[in-house]
Amino acid sequence: MWRMIAACMLSALSLSSVGVAADGLSAERQVELRSLLQQDCGSCHGLTLKGGLGPSLLPAALAGKSRESLLETVRNGRPGTAMPPWRPILSEQEIDWLVDRLLAGDGALHSTE
Amino acid sequence: MPGKRPITPELRTELKTGAFVILLLAAMLSATLASASTLLRGTGDLAIIIERASGAVQIVETTGNTRIGRVAGLGDLSHASAVFSRDGRYAYVFGRDGGLSKVDLLEAKLVTRVLQSGNSIGGAISQDGRLVAVSNYQPGGVKIFDAADLSLVADIPAEYGDGLRSKVIGLVDAPGQRFVFSLWDAGETWVVEMRDPAKPVIRKFKDIGRNPYDGLITPDGRFYIAGLFGEDGMALLDLWHLDKGVERILPGYGKGEQALPVYKMPHLEGWAVAGDRAFVPAVGHHEVLVMDTKTWREVGRIPVQGQPVFVMARPDGRQIWVNFAFPRNDKIQVIDSESLTIIRTLTPGKGVLHMEFEPRGEEVWVSVRDADQVHVYDTASLERRTVLPAHKPSGIFMTARAHRIGL
Repeated sequence: MWRMIAACMLSALSLSSVGVAADGLSAERQVELRSLLQQDCGSCHGLTLKGGLGPSLLPAALAGKSRESLLETVRNGRPGTAMPPWRPILSEQEIDWLVDRLLAGDGALHSTE
Repeated sequence: MPGKRPITPELRTELKTGAFVILLLAAMLSATLASASTLLRGTGDLAIIIERASGAVQIVETTGNTRIGRVAGLGDLSHASAVFSRDGRYAYVFGRDGGLSKVDLLEAKLVTRVLQSGNSIGGAISQDGRLVAVSNYQPGGVKIFDAADLSLVADIPAEYGDGLRSKVIGLVDAPGQRFVFSLWDAGETWVVEMRDPAKPVIRKFKDIGRNPYDGLITPDGRFYIAGLFGEDGMALLDLWHLDKGVERILPGYGKGEQALPVYKMPHLEGWAVAGDRAFVPAVGHHEVLVMDTKTWREVGRIPVQGQPVFVMARPDGRQIWVNFAFPRNDKIQVIDSESLTIIRTLTPGKGVLHMEFEPRGEEVWVSVRDADQVHVYDTASLERRTVLPAHKPSGIFMTARAHRIGL
């Protein structure tokens, strides 16, 4: 049993590193989430995520913030600021995925021209 | 026969040369005519459509509803907006990356572009059309440029507290060669008079309320209203009587209700005024608030299907069109301004970001980001008339704005 779980975890790790939907997110959903990150997070944080009314979400700006605090901010927002809670909209898994994109510097707009 | 020459190789060459010259002349003539027909037109029916993700604007005409040009190379245009020169020939486009671009609508080309800050949010053109002001987030403040060549005229840092700088929002032009704007972080409204461009005269109004998110000026240029994000209410400034200071209006409009999450900041524009009523988005409540513009008191509220973003009156004031924040941004609701009821819910598609009425209101242009389309609706039948392709369209700005206060 444990071996099976470990095997699953291993395969999940290796798959997620190449961007395949091992974390349960379909390729289609990943495309949607990437679009959400750019367009909807981008409406406050800028299309390139370098900041707007909300702060920059580029890796340099996030350095020093723990992954857990970022997850918490996305989940529940930041009361007293304009950051809304995303838990009503996104699953825990999806929030995980988005925060990983931000930490990896993989969230900014890629030219679609 | 006299004059008839045998067709020798020399004659053939002559004939060919002659034909070539005639063709060349014809081509030059038609090119001249073509460019003359491009230039010889008014701009009163032109508009630009921001293609936010590709740093370009489309130039369209609203008589036949067709695209006539495209200008690229304008940088990051997320949340871009534009104002027009008073002759209606040039658009000044304000980009998120701090870029200020002057675009020639007739020649469909970029005239000048300056990167004037790290991060900007919008701008305005002065009453006399000679100055263009830009509101900046980073570094927070307002910069004012010569509209002709975009050279810097004045730099007004939004300083407050102990050496802090605020993000600036809600910048509009006002009569008396003035600009009015608000400070998001500081909760202030500033009025800057630019009669002598070398000596801006600044008047500051403090404690207007927490986190003003945008501002509008009434179409007559008299009242400036800042919407507040940090509390329920708005801040009203009578530009005829600055000494009266800022008055809080619609205080506590959401009292007793749980505020809902806001996934996109609403906008305010002078279009919100229809006759003696003003229609504004509630923040954190799925409602449009209605005020009497004589008393600035609430006279009604209209429940709508999501967080309103733009609340815009048709130019004749008979209809109010509302679009919405994520995740309900696929719809538009049309309100009858007399009965204050919703007369139609339209579903153009995901990412309805902006609406712009043609100057006399018979049609409205709607950008539908995720469909990569702009839809044109007939406002009488509420039927869709035209669909134009556009890459991730956001703001739509018509040259008629050139002659409106506060736009």
